[in-house]
Amino acid sequence: MTTAIRRRQAAVAYLFVLPFVAVFGVFMLVPLLSSVVMSFTDFRSSDVATPWAVNFVGVRQYTHLFADPVFRRALLNTAYFVLVGIPLTMAVALVLAMALNTGVNRFRTVFRVGFYTPVVTSVVAVAVVWRFILQPDGLINRVLGGVGIAGPDWLHSSTWAMPSLIVMAAWRNMGTLMVIFLAGLQALPAEVSEAATADGAGAWQRFRHVTLPLLRPTLLLGAILISVGYLQFFEEPFVMTEGGPLNATLSATYFTYNQFGFGRYGAASAASYVVFVAIAAVSILQFRLLRAKD
Amino acid sequence: MTVTLERPVVEQTVAGSVKKRRNHHFWVYAGLIIAGLLTVLPFVWMLLGSIKPDGEILNDPGGWLPHSPTLDNYRQWFVALHIGTFFRNSAIVAVVTVLGNLIFCSMVGYAMAKLDFPGKRPLFALVMVTLMVPGVVTFVPLFVVVAKMHLVNTYAGLILPFLTSPIGVFLMRQFIRSIPDSLIEAARIDGAGEFRIFARIVLPLSGPPLATLGILTFLASWNNFLWPLVVAQNQDRYTLPVALSLYSTGEQATNYGLLLAGSVMVIAPIVAVFIALQRWFVQGVATTGLK
Repeated sequence: MTTAIRRRQAAVAYLFVLPFVAVFGVFMLVPLLSSVVMSFTDFRSSDVATPWAVNFVGVRQYTHLFADPVFRRALLNTAYFVLVGIPLTMAVALVLAMALNTGVNRFRTVFRVGFYTPVVTSVVAVAVVWRFILQPDGLINRVLGGVGIAGPDWLHSSTWAMPSLIVMAAWRNMGTLMVIFLAGLQALPAEVSEAATADGAGAWQRFRHVTLPLLRPTLLLGAILISVGYLQFFEEPFVMTEGGPLNATLSATYFTYNQFGFGRYGAASAASYVVFVAIAAVSILQFRLLRAKD
Repeated sequence: MTVTLERPVVEQTVAGSVKKRRNHHFWVYAGLIIAGLLTVLPFVWMLLGSIKPDGEILNDPGGWLPHSPTLDNYRQWFVALHIGTFFRNSAIVAVVTVLGNLIFCSMVGYAMAKLDFPGKRPLFALVMVTLMVPGVVTFVPLFVVVAKMHLVNTYAGLILPFLTSPIGVFLMRQFIRSIPDSLIEAARIDGAGEFRIFARIVLPLSGPPLATLGILTFLASWNNFLWPLVVAQNQDRYTLPVALSLYSTGEQATNYGLLLAGSVMVIAPIVAVFIALQRWFVQGVATTGLK
């Protein structure tokens, strides 16, 4: 290529990337860089007009944050949600995917649409019906009453509010993982499983020693995808419990949102970086765990 | 002698395993049907509740079929609660966001896949790094940027931050790389400019990733909640989820019939799109891992 053509091509290329770079720069890079700085300052909502007048508080921001019992509670709640929610969601999704993969050819599309529909629906809209179902005299307690169990006031009980949100989150997210796992299962070579059957391996042994190890990369992908979302969980408590009762469902992201609402932008940024670090750490950990076992 | 002895045994086990398999299938189907019914139950409940009059829901919140079905809840949304405005806002934001992503991400994808320019590698590295940044991190300063630009409570404020996306760029670049260079070289030799090549060759070949990107962007935009909640500060800019959430925490909080009717109307368009295009949805999720 001659330099003239090369230069012309570069000029055209810049025109192609210009709109993206402009939007990306203003609405992604600027916020990203300023969030780092902001997390070490006492930036408040009143400082928006004069952003350079804020005070640098340094690491104290983070020490204050970790000294705050509400933030520590929020971290514990997030850990609870993640540690129970991820295995539950993955297990349900894997069972559904395996069921759909074992020769269910009729109605497979119908089942897939059914299990996937919760994924595409707005959380605000499904929260309305879930709150309705979880009322003290709602559908669930009506069913439980039928078998002689007096159900609690799910969303107003500090014991039961979080499990209710976890079940709802599993319901909303299992479709995504089911599709990913099903794709993974369909890519497995059938001969391996057949050979194991011929060698006399039972269904459980085949699952445990053939399917599961072969599916490990797919499971890893699913685990990382879902933990990024679960570590930031916010919408479920926001629309269902407002973080209550007594902060029992206040998540780390919800804490960030509240700091933002109080106008404490610096503290909000710092809290969001704690979530970010947790996400990065969990991703690395999952990579190690699921990779290393072979 | 041995042959005549062995034969029936073999047939017996084959017949047994066929029978076992049929049994197995029965249980799989039974389990799937029960799980499927449980999964869609909230939606059925939503529909049933939305056509019940107020008194009926208050008296019997765990009741099944409506005794005196009515469309009053829906009527109220249109007459008193301006759902038309919220619907229009959601539609404007979603359509512009989708178009922006389709056009701008494919342009960058083409430049990154098939053109040479200084700064290409750093730009791609930057895109990949930001893929991993969770939304919560940029949320607060993003609001400050939008506030400084006086875009709070405007369509621009609702749309611009989502007008392009790193994941869209990545998706388009990966696909366009697979288009043979010879095709593009041939067009160049014929004297076609880069814009012409992009519009006449690259775009028509990029149907599958464009469909995936369009669907996923539409879904994310239609259901987006947190950002419109803070940016849309007056009723005239509320999107559907924002309006529904504010009504469901305000004085209508226990008016379940009304809220369920609102939920049905928020969900109905996206479920219709999903059922019509479900194959593409599923492919998109399976290939990108997005949702």
